[in-house]
Amino acid sequence: MHDGVVAEFETPEAFAAAYASLCDRGYTRLSSWTPYPVRSVVNRLPESRVAPIMLVAAVTGAVIAYAIQWWCNAVNYPINVGGRPLHSAVAFIPIAFETTVLFSAIAGFFATLALCGLPRLWHPLAEVPGSERVTIDRFWLGVDAADPLFADAVEEDLVRLGALQCRRVGVSR
Amino acid sequence: MTPDVSAAPVTIYEGPVASRVQEEPTGGEPVLLLEGTDAELTDQLLAPLWTRWPWFPYALAVTGAGAAVLFLALTYTVTTGIGLWGNNIPVAWAFGIVNFVWWIGIGHAGTFISAILLLLEVHWRTSINRFAEAMTLFAVAQAGLFPIFHMGRPWFAYWLIPYPSEMGLWPQFRSALPWDVVAVTTYFTVSVLFWYLGLLPDLATARDRAPTLIQRRIYGIASLGWRGDSRHWRHYRIAYLVFGGLATPLVLSVHTNVSFDFAITQLPGWHSAIFPPYFVAGAIYSGFAMVLTLMIPARALLRLEGVVTKNHLDNMAKMLLVTGWIVTYTYIVEPFIAWYGGNDYEGYMLLHDRPFGPYAWVYWGVIFCNCVAVQVLWVKRVRTTPAALFVVAAFVQLGMWSERFMLIVTSLHADYLPSSWHMYTPSWIDWTILGGTISFFLFLFLLFLRFVPFIPISELKEVRHAIRGERRATAPARNEIGAAHA
Repeated sequence: MHDGVVAEFETPEAFAAAYASLCDRGYTRLSSWTPYPVRSVVNRLPESRVAPIMLVAAVTGAVIAYAIQWWCNAVNYPINVGGRPLHSAVAFIPIAFETTVLFSAIAGFFATLALCGLPRLWHPLAEVPGSERVTIDRFWLGVDAADPLFADAVEEDLVRLGALQCRRVGVSR
Repeated sequence: MTPDVSAAPVTIYEGPVASRVQEEPTGGEPVLLLEGTDAELTDQLLAPLWTRWPWFPYALAVTGAGAAVLFLALTYTVTTGIGLWGNNIPVAWAFGIVNFVWWIGIGHAGTFISAILLLLEVHWRTSINRFAEAMTLFAVAQAGLFPIFHMGRPWFAYWLIPYPSEMGLWPQFRSALPWDVVAVTTYFTVSVLFWYLGLLPDLATARDRAPTLIQRRIYGIASLGWRGDSRHWRHYRIAYLVFGGLATPLVLSVHTNVSFDFAITQLPGWHSAIFPPYFVAGAIYSGFAMVLTLMIPARALLRLEGVVTKNHLDNMAKMLLVTGWIVTYTYIVEPFIAWYGGNDYEGYMLLHDRPFGPYAWVYWGVIFCNCVAVQVLWVKRVRTTPAALFVVAAFVQLGMWSERFMLIVTSLHADYLPSSWHMYTPSWIDWTILGGTISFFLFLFLLFLRFVPFIPISELKEVRHAIRGERRATAPARNEIGAAHA
């Protein structure tokens, strides 16, 4: 959100109720910031793609690790150790497993950052006095100016829903 | 139009926290003291970052000096040669591997707490998980030093990575040693990422409460601009949970791989199918002991009794007892199999040399520390008395270190051929390096305590909110039940 109205709520209950109320009225471009995830709000959001990304990375890691081991020890530089098979599938499992986890974890970490748009140095909410309590004990709700239902009355609405304060943020285009 | 916000408490927690917030089965101390507002809780948990710790410079100086000695000893080893260490044929693996296995095992409890207890939805993990994760990182860092310096020529460590070299050679992946390399590096990387991901919201909280501009900037950069967007929470939660799911088999696999270093050889005393579970249980055993060793003084010095309650100590003590009994069981099974299997060499090692040979005092020390001393934890008073628990944890640490010494040194010093039997004595450099890693570990841990929010603040607020909601929701019902019983 770059432009719109943000409102501060004191409790997660008031915040969740206001969020639900705006959603039910058809607002589509809502944002929210909370010190910890509020279940009823988070559940209204689209599914995260982090898990599928991690799965793809995991499979990639397994295949790459197994292929490297097989190619190195069975194809490119075969050494007979005590007559054991060159392609020792069982012996290749530990590294394949570890690499699965490694790829998946690295992908998961960076996918989370990428999907969240982090790192981010500035945010319109940071301009609002008192908004630093968003990581401490206050719950903030934002309505983007691009929302089709967005009107000047939205501030009044938010106050009526229990907001402690409302602010216009961002630069109007 | 205006909804009645006071009605029906909204469930906040993603997942079944509501179901786990119950009366403590032990009926003892609560998991979390509930007084105060969220802001007060936040300030209380962040206070260590901003206040002066009078003892901190001294503690840092002492451990820093120890770390400097470690680096001197390592420099001496590298410039002079690996012959400074006491190991030689037949005991080619000695302190280097004993310390490696000990340190990496200690790390396992951190991952156990952060990942396995996350998946099992054990609520007492929240207060201690970051603490334990940091312990994992620093312990694995110490562990990593030993194999690298044991090479004698650590600048060739990169040969373990399969890269297209001029020599046209590749690592031998059918050996357990490359498994170990991959397992330990993966373990370290995943632990760092898991830890940092979990830290993001709390670094943001620290940023928003920092008293000075410079602190605000440092925590601001470290938090990567986290602001608690609900969309971000959604990604974060999923990633965190999947990370927990990945770290769970990972932690079991790492010590399994470490045990393969021994188990896939032909040496009597090592060649045993019981090694993987035996090593994993031992790792978690020593790791919980280390968590207690660090947590008990930190809890007292930093006044954390409200978040790390006696209930946590009690639970960790019970974990010690459980893993201690698993370890005891393997101590019984090993000689039994040696006798039942009828192999002369294995029988000699496990039934004669270990309990009655020249290193018998190590064996009986292990039995005392790991199997006998820990039995005092059956007494609840001991489990909830920090000083007593600290002493028991010290016994376990000593016992688990000695156990690795026993496994490695006694098995090697007397194998098949009596003419090659030889005793092993560690050199003073060996002892210096071991002591140095302990200092270096404590040094890193002190820096962590000083500069990182070491209790997960946002998670605690969430759990606390859920507990309060649950209390509100069930209070009348409980009264009714009480009335019915009366």
